[in-house]
This record gives sequence, structure tokens and C-alpha cells, in this order.
Amino acid sequence: MLEVQGLTKKFGGFTAVDAISFDLGEGEILGLIGPNGSGKSTTFNLVAGLYAPTAGSIRFQGREIGGLKPAQVCHAGIGRTFQIPRPFRKLTILENVALSAFYGQNGKVSRATAWKQAEEALNLIGLPYANDAGIDGLGAAALKKLELARALATQPRLLLADESLGGLDEAEMEQAADMLKNIRREKNITIIWVEHIMGVLMRVVDRCIVLDHGEIIAAGLPHEVARNPQVVEVYLGSDADDLQAQTSQRAGEGAR
Amino acid sequence: MEIFDIFLLETVLNGVLFGGVLALLALGLNLIFGVIDVVWICYAELMMIGMYTVFYLTKTFGWNLFAAFAAAIVIVSVLGVLLHVLVIRPVLDSEPINQLLVTGGMLTFMQAAATLAFGIEFRNVGVSMPSLVLGEISLPWSRISAALTALVAMVLLWLFLKKTYLGTAIRAISQDRGIMPLVGVSPARIYLTTSAIGGALAGLGACLLVLQYDVHPAIGLSFGPLTFMVCVLGGLGNMLGGFIAAFIFAQLISIGGFYFHIEWGYVMAFAFFIVMMFVRPQGILGGKS
Repeated sequence: MLEVQGLTKKFGGFTAVDAISFDLGEGEILGLIGPNGSGKSTTFNLVAGLYAPTAGSIRFQGREIGGLKPAQVCHAGIGRTFQIPRPFRKLTILENVALSAFYGQNGKVSRATAWKQAEEALNLIGLPYANDAGIDGLGAAALKKLELARALATQPRLLLADESLGGLDEAEMEQAADMLKNIRREKNITIIWVEHIMGVLMRVVDRCIVLDHGEIIAAGLPHEVARNPQVVEVYLGSDADDLQAQTSQRAGEGAR
Repeated sequence: MEIFDIFLLETVLNGVLFGGVLALLALGLNLIFGVIDVVWICYAELMMIGMYTVFYLTKTFGWNLFAAFAAAIVIVSVLGVLLHVLVIRPVLDSEPINQLLVTGGMLTFMQAAATLAFGIEFRNVGVSMPSLVLGEISLPWSRISAALTALVAMVLLWLFLKKTYLGTAIRAISQDRGIMPLVGVSPARIYLTTSAIGGALAGLGACLLVLQYDVHPAIGLSFGPLTFMVCVLGGLGNMLGGFIAAFIFAQLISIGGFYFHIEWGYVMAFAFFIVMMFVRPQGILGGKS
């Protein structure tokens, strides 16, 4: 579904992403992790079309999308969320999502269809909305949900979820993780999930890529990656312990 | 005393009618600024071209007045798009001062070009409309129809912004330019559409004014600064604020002119504007920033 080959992005003399390659199968959830400044967001922005690659290729469903404009990438079937939710504050919840549904499909659906798809996305995410409910007063978790609903309304085949857990408490994190699993199950949408904390993510993803200084330092199944000495070194201290705990919990779940 | 009050009432009503037209002019400028974040300093000069269009099509080519109106709206709308593509787009990412300078330069350019092309004579379409007489009050139909048309246009634009996806995108884009492309909206296309609508509104303004005023190359100066100040007073980019400010300005001009002299009306309006800029620099309904 997605094949990334030798993807590189330089900003002046600084190489943010250094010849990384990975691929992604239909319906897979891939975790993209790494400390701050490791190149996760740059990789994301390259796939979403916010940056043009310096070198390398990004093929999506057999078509080269590297260097396309963000709107074109969106029309090609890739939806994304933002780490910090960026809703249109003067629009209602439903308007926010319906706008994505309509333009995300390049205006090729009818008004009514886009409206229905917006309601569907909100229902799938479980964000309550009244017809004229606005954005003001929504909490951090609700805004994250809105962000997801907006991305889903564009009817993507691939969803790029950017730090969907940031700013959430434990319970909300679990909920968000379940939500992503649910999205994959209901819609068979492929997901790349970026997070700089590993915890909950490791329980949900099928495979995991760890970036550091713009390079892939580990890739594979979550519990393999978690034991990789390089990864442990990058995630020194509490994060690494936390990571071990989370993955053994996952192994336990798998046995049930 | 009785008669005095009647004339004052007539003045207030005239102010309301003028306010309606002023509100329409401000709406176009606010729409452009709200969406593209650039002030069309030459907005009233686009209107001037529209007025000349109506004048020449009716007087020289013998067109029906309403056909000439339609043509003026289309032509000014196209001019709005050209202005965006040729002048605004290249400076979209420049400093605001550069954007003001290029559209300000366009103002001078268009005035000079109009002087060369049309001469400095004052032209009039020569359509005279009767007045609506209510007892001792008399209101020219040209003003009444202009205000009503402006009102209808504003309601239609409001419905468009509220009820269509394109309108929703136009309302949304001013809040977050960066995210629009990621929900599949192409800002370039929204800018073009908005420029076309802004131009069409200037064209409509031209049709309403050409019935009440002579057209000459500097007519823009009678309305451009006024429209700009209405927008700033209301909070630049805030359409509702501009609407309210238009009626405040129109009343000041109308009532000031009634008690003193018509020029004093403008002096009062501008003095009020200056004071307000100290009291509320962000405008009546402007945001905090």
C-alpha cells in the first residue's frame, strides 16, 4: 500500500530524515516512534505533502506521491491528524468534519453525502455533536477525537495519526488506542501512528519503526523492538522500563 | 419645531439608506481581507471602472441599463481575479507593508489610466428617478433601491457563506491557512473565488452609486478611504462589525451635514474614527490581537 524508498529531507546542511525505507501492507498499523527531533514529524510531513523530499520516493497504492501538494495527497486517500488539534473555531463540530468530507474528496461527493459521512465519522469516533454545537468548551480528549473524525471524513485509505495521545491522561490514552484499533477493524484503514512516548502504542501496533537522528535504528514486532539495545539506549530511564512493562503486558494479553 | 423634526427624520432615513450602500462596499473589502489577508486599497477604483462601464455601455452603446449593470458586475469581477493573479499573488508571502504598497500603487495606476482613457470630465448616466414622498419627507428612489439591493446582496452572501461548502471554507480559511490543504482544500482556488466575489461586490457597488453620483477618474477617493475606515472601525475582516460601523458612519455624515454643512459631516465622521482608534484600536468587533 505504501512503499517508502531512500526518503531523505535536508534543511540546509541539516539532514532531518536520512535515506529511510519502509513499507506498509493494507490494513496494517505501523508505529513510528523515536525521541523528539528524531525525524518522525518530518517523515509524516513528507508523506502528507507538506514538504517535498530532497531525495527518495514515496509510492502510495502504486503511484508516486512524493512532492505532491497536501491537497492532492489528501485527494489521493491519505488523511492526517495534528499533534495539536487545529479545528476551525468559528465553525460547528459538524461543519468542521463536513468540510473535510466534502473537500477531502475533492468536492466530488454531493452535499448530503458529505454531511452523512461527517456524521458517520463522528459516530465511529464517539464524539457527541448537536446540530449547532461549537468547538468552545471541548476538552483535550474531545479535540483529539474531532481531529480524528476530520481525518476519517476525508475517506482515507491511509491514516496518519500524529501523537494522538499527547496531553491525554492514562484512561483517555487507553481509549484513544482502542479507537484506532476500532477504526482499522470497522473501516480497514491502514494507519501510521507517530508517538514519542511508546507505552500504549506498543499494545496496538502490528509493527514498529524506531527513528533516531533521522535514521531507522530498529524495525520489527513491538516486543522485538522493545528489547533492541539501541532502542533501550535511546529511551534511557523510565521510558525504557515503562516500555518493557507495556510489552510484557501485551504478551500476556496475547496468551489469553 | 414640528417641521424641524420632520427634516431631521428625513436626514436620519437618508443616513440609513447611505449606510446600506456603505455596508455593501465594506463587505467586499472585509471579505477579501478576511480570506486573503490583503487589503485592496484600490477597491474603490475597481468600482470607478464599473461605473464607467455602465456609463459607456448605456450612453455610447445604447445598452439597456440592467444589461449594463450585469456587464459591469462581470467585468469588475474579472478585474478582481486579474488583480489577485497579477498583483496580489506574487506578494502573498511578503511583508504587509509591501502588499499595501502594491495595491496602493494600483490605485494611482488605475486613476491615471482612467484619466488617460476617459478624460477628467464628470459623466452621468442621466437616469433620473422620482422620489418617494411621504408627507413632508421625500426620499429619492435611487437611494432606496440602492439600499434595498445592497441589503438583498448582503443576505444572499450571508446565505452563501453559511449554507455552502465553498462558503464554509471561505469562513474557515481565515482561521487557519495551514490546515486547509490537509483537509483537501486548495487555498489558491479559494483565493481566486473570493477575489471574484469581492470584485463582483465592487461591481454591484458601482451600479448602485452610478445612479446617484457622477463618475470621474477620482471618484474612488470619495469612497475608498471611507470604506476602508468603516472596515477598520468595525474590526478589519469582521463582516458584522463592518455592517454596524457603516451605519454609524453614515449617520454621522448625514446628521453632521444636517446641523452644519455636508463637509462637516465628513469631518465629524473622521474625528469620531480617530477617537475610536485610541479607544478601541482593534475595532468595534475586532479580535484581541
